[in-house]
Amino acid sequence: MLLALSIAMFALGLLGVIIRRNLLVMLMCMELMLNAVNLSLVTFAQQTGTAAGAVLVFLIFVVAAAEIAVAIPIVLLLVRQKRTLAADAYTDLKG
Amino acid sequence: MPHPLTLIVVLPLVGFVLNGLLGNRLGKPFVTAVGCGLPILSFLLAIKCFVDLSTGGVPLMETAYTWARIGGSTFEIAFYFDRLSAVMTLIVTGVGSVIHVYSTGYMHEDKSFARFFAYLNLFLFFMLSLVLGRSLLVLFVGWEGVGLASYLLIGFWFEDPVNARAGKKAFVTNRIGDAGFLLGMFLLYWAFGTLDMDKINAAFTGGPAPAISASLAGILLFIGASGKSAQIPLHVWLPDAMAGPTPVSALIHAATMVTAGVYLVARMSGLYLHAPEASAVVTVIGAATAFFAATIAVTQTDIKKVLAYSTVSQLGFMFVALGVGAYGVGIFHVYTHAFFKACLFLGAGSVIHALAGEQDIRKMGGLAKRIPITFWTFAIATAAIAGIPPLAGFFSKDEILWYAFASSAGGSPLLWAVMAATALMTAFYMFRLLWLVFLTPSRMEPEVEHHVHESPLSMTGVLMILAVLSAVGGFFALPHFLEGLLPLPKLPETVHHFEKPLLILSVVIAATGLAGAWYVFGAGLERSSGLARRFASMHRTLSNKYYVDEAYELFIGRPLVWISDWVFLRLGDRVLLDGSLNGMARLAQRAAGVLGRVQTGSLHRYVFFVLLGSLAALAWSFRHG
Repeated sequence: MLLALSIAMFALGLLGVIIRRNLLVMLMCMELMLNAVNLSLVTFAQQTGTAAGAVLVFLIFVVAAAEIAVAIPIVLLLVRQKRTLAADAYTDLKG
Repeated sequence: MPHPLTLIVVLPLVGFVLNGLLGNRLGKPFVTAVGCGLPILSFLLAIKCFVDLSTGGVPLMETAYTWARIGGSTFEIAFYFDRLSAVMTLIVTGVGSVIHVYSTGYMHEDKSFARFFAYLNLFLFFMLSLVLGRSLLVLFVGWEGVGLASYLLIGFWFEDPVNARAGKKAFVTNRIGDAGFLLGMFLLYWAFGTLDMDKINAAFTGGPAPAISASLAGILLFIGASGKSAQIPLHVWLPDAMAGPTPVSALIHAATMVTAGVYLVARMSGLYLHAPEASAVVTVIGAATAFFAATIAVTQTDIKKVLAYSTVSQLGFMFVALGVGAYGVGIFHVYTHAFFKACLFLGAGSVIHALAGEQDIRKMGGLAKRIPITFWTFAIATAAIAGIPPLAGFFSKDEILWYAFASSAGGSPLLWAVMAATALMTAFYMFRLLWLVFLTPSRMEPEVEHHVHESPLSMTGVLMILAVLSAVGGFFALPHFLEGLLPLPKLPETVHHFEKPLLILSVVIAATGLAGAWYVFGAGLERSSGLARRFASMHRTLSNKYYVDEAYELFIGRPLVWISDWVFLRLGDRVLLDGSLNGMARLAQRAAGVLGRVQTGSLHRYVFFVLLGSLAALAWSFRHG
């Protein structure tokens, strides 16, 4: 049951990243995917009766917090440049 | 006590290094002392070795250095001093030393004084390793080295592109001959496993017949010799080599280097004795060269060009002697020729010096009273080359004519007739030169005439030494001296009663040449220009040297340029090489263009690709799980 919820959350997140244009929404969808993974991890930890999965979740929280702390300022700076949140506007960043 | 052969060779090299590195800084007295002193020292050492050789009776040998050891064979830098190399060493160091002394006067005003002496010393070093080398390898190193020195000295005044081009021509023409020489060397090494010339000769003269064709090796070596000694068809470089300073022409292009080919053939006489076909080739090429070069010399108007063609012609004489098996006689002519031709060239240098650079004999005349020492020495040398008895040239040339007639190894009346005609022309063109330069009324430009002056003692002294040697040099019976080493050919019994009449005939020939020259040129140019008008087409052919240079240009030069341009440059370089490289670059560019389209900058598409990749990885792991 919980695993099905986790899969649904992950699929929603992935779909959101692929089809949404708004950078902030894309970031939120990525967080959704991360949390889907976290959910599956704790579920597995409970099923097998080990602590390793639960510990890994805390690590992911830390990494995710750091990632957002970097990603949000980048989005902020991009928006200052072009006054838009649409990801399509930034295709000229390709190498 | 070790013999100082190595020292003879190395002393001029020391001179080259000192003059080349320090000459410009330490000034002319230093350059003169080093440049002349070391060759003279070499000469004295050569005399000492010669005395040792005469008292000891066995060839002196000295190994200076072991160059390489490959498998079972050792390549050594070894020097070998027998009677033949003794004669050559004495000529090279002796004539070389006096020409060095002459050069101190001739080149006195030149700004590259030190460079000139450095090159001359370098030349002597290589020439001595050529004549003293025991193996063909050392000889070849010297052979290439004198080619290099010759190139450097012909183009000595390289500011003028004509001189630089003449140097290049000499070098390239020599390379063609050297290719033959190298092949001959390879063949001999393959057959005998050694390059020591005494061993190769011994292998041919004693023991079972070697498994290679002596004639093939002989002809290949002769190709090398004909390049160095300016024989047809490789004679074209020598007349152009006159672009160098006159002492260089005297030393390198008359007395020593150009006789290296003669020396090589004489040195390998053991091989040529067993190679009748190769000897026949040598005879024919020598006779043809002697004859044609003499006809060209008759019409040339540049004093040095006349002497250059005369040198080519005299070298032909030497090769005829070698071809009919009279090796000692060929070397005898090398020896007398070194004296009188060096004297003639240095005399010509003295004339050019006196006339401030004028070389056209049509603008000379009447110099006999103005520069008497030059005149008298030049006259003696002219008589010597023309074969007037009892001067040196008479003896050697008469011997060559005699063996051309009588030798059982290829002598014939026809050969004698060709060589006698050549001897007649030799006398004619040399006395023509003497009359036009010294005896006829002056045709000089007034301002040149005003400045005519006799050369300094350093030059006239040398001229006098060489004139004396040209006069008396023939009394030394060199062929007899060398007979143990270079046996003379057998003569058929029937010819002995021809010897006296032919001797008288050769004197008559020389006198006829003299009389002819006096008749045509005694009063100036009028009579000869009348003749030139009457035989206009012949005169044109001769003064254009039979159009040999033009023919080479047409049949070799142009096709080479065409092939280089179209096949190598346009097809090979531009189409194949550049084309394949540019093609690869263009391929990479196009491939990159196609792949670059994947990178759109659209994050959604990237994520989509990531999704596809993850799904593929998942599918793969399920299948192989």
